Amino acid sequence: MTLTSKTTATGETKPQGLLARLRNTLGATRQSLTQGLADLLLDKRVLDEDLLEELETQLLTADVGVDATQNLIADITGKLARKELSDGPAIYAQLRQSILEIVQPCARPLLIPGDAGPFVIMIVGVNGVGKTTTIGKLAQRLLSSGLQVMIAAADTFRAAAIEQLQTWGARAGVPVIAQHTGADAAAVAHDAMNAARARKVDVLIVDTAGRQHTNVGLMDELTKIKRVVNKLDPQAPHEVLMILDAVTGQNALSQLEHFRRAVGVTGLCTTKLDGTAKGGILIALAQKTGLPIRYIGVGETIEDLVEFNAEDFVDAIIPEPE
Amino acid sequence: MFDNLSQRLQVSLNRLRGAGRLTQDNIGEALREVRMALLEADVALPVVKAFVDQVRTKATGQEVVRSLTPGQAVIKIVNDELVTLLGATNDRLNLAVRPPAVILMAGLQGSGKTTTVVKLGHLLQEREKKTVAVVSTDVYRPAAMEQLRRLSASVGLSCVSGQPDEQPVEIARTAVDQAKRSLVDVVIIDTAGRLHIDNEMMDEIKALHAAVDPVETLFVADSVTGQDAVNTAKAFNDVLSLTGVILTKTDGDARGGAALSIRHITGKPIKFLGTGEKPDALEPFYPDRIASRILGMGDVLSIIEQAQRTTDQDKARKLAKKLTKGKGFDLEDFRDQLLQMENMGGIASMLERLPGMGAVPENVRGQLNDNQFKRLVAIINSMTPEERRFPAIIRGSRKRRIARGSGTQVQEVNRLLKQFTQMQKMMKRAGKGGFKRMLQGMQGGLHGKPF
Ligand SMILES: Nc1nc2c(ncn2[C@@H]2O[C@H](COP(=O)(O)OP(=O)(O)OP(=O)(O)O)[C@@H](O)[C@H]2O)c(=O)[nH]1
Ligand SMILES: Nc1nc2c(ncn2[C@@H]2O[C@H](COP(=O)(O)OP(=O)(O)O)[C@@H](O)[C@H]2O)c(=O)[nH]1
Ligand SMILES: [Mg+2]
Ligand SMILES: [Mg+2]
Repeated sequence: MTLTSKTTATGETKPQGLLARLRNTLGATRQSLTQGLADLLLDKRVLDEDLLEELETQLLTADVGVDATQNLIADITGKLARKELSDGPAIYAQLRQSILEIVQPCARPLLIPGDAGPFVIMIVGVNGVGKTTTIGKLAQRLLSSGLQVMIAAADTFRAAAIEQLQTWGARAGVPVIAQHTGADAAAVAHDAMNAARARKVDVLIVDTAGRQHTNVGLMDELTKIKRVVNKLDPQAPHEVLMILDAVTGQNALSQLEHFRRAVGVTGLCTTKLDGTAKGGILIALAQKTGLPIRYIGVGETIEDLVEFNAEDFVDAIIPEPE
Repeated sequence: MFDNLSQRLQVSLNRLRGAGRLTQDNIGEALREVRMALLEADVALPVVKAFVDQVRTKATGQEVVRSLTPGQAVIKIVNDELVTLLGATNDRLNLAVRPPAVILMAGLQGSGKTTTVVKLGHLLQEREKKTVAVVSTDVYRPAAMEQLRRLSASVGLSCVSGQPDEQPVEIARTAVDQAKRSLVDVVIIDTAGRLHIDNEMMDEIKALHAAVDPVETLFVADSVTGQDAVNTAKAFNDVLSLTGVILTKTDGDARGGAALSIRHITGKPIKFLGTGEKPDALEPFYPDRIASRILGMGDVLSIIEQAQRTTDQDKARKLAKKLTKGKGFDLEDFRDQLLQMENMGGIASMLERLPGMGAVPENVRGQLNDNQFKRLVAIINSMTPEERRFPAIIRGSRKRRIARGSGTQVQEVNRLLKQFTQMQKMMKRAGKGGFKRMLQGMQGGLHGKPF
């Protein structure tokens, strides 16, 4: 077992302030309000086929999915008929409201009590979604809120995954408990639990290898990691955070279903929202599961993790007309 | 997910029965279902619209041949059109230049570039007997260079080392020069993942492209990509003029609509599919398979082929033969399948790719999903060869004996027998003539429930 000691953060590539990044991101989505839709709204027309189709387009192209889109459209037409509203802006506002009602209840930040000793966060997800990077960001975030953090390198499969995580640990200034590539992932988690207790840290974040949710053998391995952690502390893992790439389409539903069944996901985090993908599938996930959406990833630097905010999310999917 | 096109279409298509000619009116509903199915498979909306329009034009006025119902005729047009649009089978890489032939990989973060570099290098080295060098220009992602170094070492590929403090363009140039001197046939350049809207990074890869003049510039895209596929593929194609596309992580259960989106927007051929994390998990692109996956028609062929590669060849061939002849799929075959599942991405992934799975009840699928299969194997092991061949003879006392022998309960034996019967029926249907028969069987499925 090697133990990376606290080192100072190494140089970040491409430093850019979080605010600047967010502003850029917002700017990009603002522009995405389709011209057709803007025209229709200005027109103050009645709820007609054209406007409905534009709204549907806006939703479908954000990966909201057929079912959730149909539900939303049915919802607004139902509500508006009753309220006898027929102008474009009202329809638009109602759509925003309907989405907000779905995602708002999911905007529940991760709360970490100081006395969980240690509060264990297990990070899961399919290949390449941003698990390891998110751990680096999260470690930094929790550390700066005054918590003592430790990381477990339980991705023992992917080439150089341990080195990647160790770099993030060093950047955040957080120790990383690791063995070697090919080691038993559950054994690493076990070691890390003991180390975390011995050193009385507040939070232990467990990285796991990316895996396809349809691969039974690998999903069993994940269940085993959870079981080992749970054996040492019946409350642990306190959070099973599933990471989702914002570009993901409808397959996210299947991913979540499988990971839930295997390890009981308790929270979601969407990465890469700094791109042009809207992550609209979150609406379908929220509608279906109501699971908390904890954070969103908005870039590749250690600062680029923010708490999920329902209003901002709605703004990105259905921008507020100027 | 199992709400696949064939099921969805059954209702609306059946109404078309009896029509002698396809008209705007009688195909409208069917096309609406096609639109829905494509969207559910993550084909980008503008591409869906273009596709449906094209099919409408093609279909309208067509005479329906006697052997087909109008519904089947529409599906056939949809499928044929999809296969055509997806492009040719099994494109090879173009290496016909004065060596070294340079291959440049590009794509978003985490799409699978580094893994694919090694897969391609391995393939070219093993199958085409080329000498290959790989090099990483990813100076951003922590341990990215180390990842490529280790992966390539694992398959004996030579990896040119750059340093994280060097410029990507310089690293690439040096690697190509070095390859020239040492008479290497192919150089594959890995790049950092980047967002298509990150101008600085797009400028960087543009400069990289200009500096090394690649004969192949491949866009590596994740098969789970949703609607954004058109935006990213377009941007990368505009900046780099791609020569091909590789679709990764197809070992999952994504419907893969991004394949059609990317193909439509770039016009570039899809050359390979990534089918796993290991360096040999790379397969040629077959448009018909992806088409049936997007349409939700299953993919028996590729399962059998995969079985051939990852498992006992003889057994797989025997099974394939049995299946195509529609002969009995017995409990021995079932056990072989169970034992092979682990290498093949698990039972769920395999089942989900078989046609007709939509008709297997959710609870049965759920049971198969769990790590039950070790117990299943134990149960089958406790049977006599005769019982395995003729499961119908397994009654009360035999069941109790088998349960005792395998340390399980009689209920579990019952469940296994039930699951097996489901599988058997499905295999029979799937094997009887693949896709075409499935289409023709659709109509039949309406009257008698398929399972
Ligand atoms: N633009 C952007 N890139 C991100 C974000 N989060 C992660 N990435 C990048 O996505 C790529 C994959 O990230 P990793 O953290 O290695 O993903 P992972 O899930 O641990 O991957 P595996 O362990 O290989 O399954 C890296 O290039 C990251 O820099 C984000 O919020 N925005
Ligand atoms: N299951 C599966 N995983 C893959 C495939 N291709 C790549 N990966 C995994 O996806 C993750 C990201 O891959 P990587 O090559 O590092 O992506 P890059 O960031 O684009 O270079 C890693 O965990 C790989 O093991 C594939 O075809 N199937
Ligand atoms: Mg990782
Ligand atoms: Mg890489």
